[in-house]
Amino acid sequence: MQARDFSAGLKAGTSIAIGYFPIALTFGLLAKTTGLTILEATAMSIFVFAGAAQYISLSLIASGVSPTVIVLNTFIVNIRHFLMTASLNEKMEPDSKWKKALYAFGVTDETFSILATGKGNRIPTAFAAGVILIAYGSWVTFTAVGHRVGASLPLFLQAAMSIALYAMFVGLLVPSMRGNRKVVMLALTAALFNSFFYFTGLLATGWAILVATLASSIFIEIVYARKGKS
Amino acid sequence: MDAWYWWMILGMAIVTYIPRAIPLTFLEGRELPKPVQNVLRNIPYAVLGALIFPAIFFIQENIWFGVIGATAAFGLAFSGANVMIVVLGSIAVLAGFSLLL
Repeated sequence: MQARDFSAGLKAGTSIAIGYFPIALTFGLLAKTTGLTILEATAMSIFVFAGAAQYISLSLIASGVSPTVIVLNTFIVNIRHFLMTASLNEKMEPDSKWKKALYAFGVTDETFSILATGKGNRIPTAFAAGVILIAYGSWVTFTAVGHRVGASLPLFLQAAMSIALYAMFVGLLVPSMRGNRKVVMLALTAALFNSFFYFTGLLATGWAILVATLASSIFIEIVYARKGKS
Repeated sequence: MDAWYWWMILGMAIVTYIPRAIPLTFLEGRELPKPVQNVLRNIPYAVLGALIFPAIFFIQENIWFGVIGATAAFGLAFSGANVMIVVLGSIAVLAGFSLLL
């Protein structure tokens, strides 16, 4: 039974593994252009396993932001997983704490979406393990491959690839903006706050992103609460 | 890179793991206040807005890289392309542009 749940998990996680392929590849490649060694880049994927946060850390490293601020930024970006794991808790089969603590590491936006929408009342732990293992394997493997491939790329292509990170953010943001005015307002307000900090030089990059994110998340929430349709 | 990098990875790993692990292990059955939940839900979209602007315009010293790249990325994304196509397409457009320079 457990073996069957596990292989069903592997199967369900395959779509994530495929989706991670280009993003992890680009991460490895960008890490190389940022100056990280293959070991450092891969280690980040092994120990952190958080796409957006890892991309952000690269752009912050590139702009010389202090490690403390990068860690703080990572926290702010990933604190949303708190919500996800809180709701996942209702969905997963009850199991020993150490097992839950183990698979908690593998909860990303993508694995969460598979688990949270899974059929049946309770998701077996073995199923979650399968989903997470294949997604994680893809993420780590293709980080290393991306770094390796990056070495042999011509300079004009490496210059063109500096857009990759931002293109990914745009690709993630735009579909959520369709038909959702709140998402548009959130992104716009945060963009304005951050541009203000950038052009006035009031805050360093990492802090500016952090303050802009929190300020707009709270501000828009208040606006929508007033309108009474949050 | 230096030792600070490994300390940073350790820090990133810890602060990433904590929000993932606490609800599953210690907060069983408890609920966060509604306004807090709502604000947390807003964060992914807000952070993307702040990440993209204004940095997307300054990816290279030549500002046209940023302007053309941003146009390509938004154009592709609005046309309904998935993330992979948006990333690869924007790179292709800029590769073409830098070959023309």
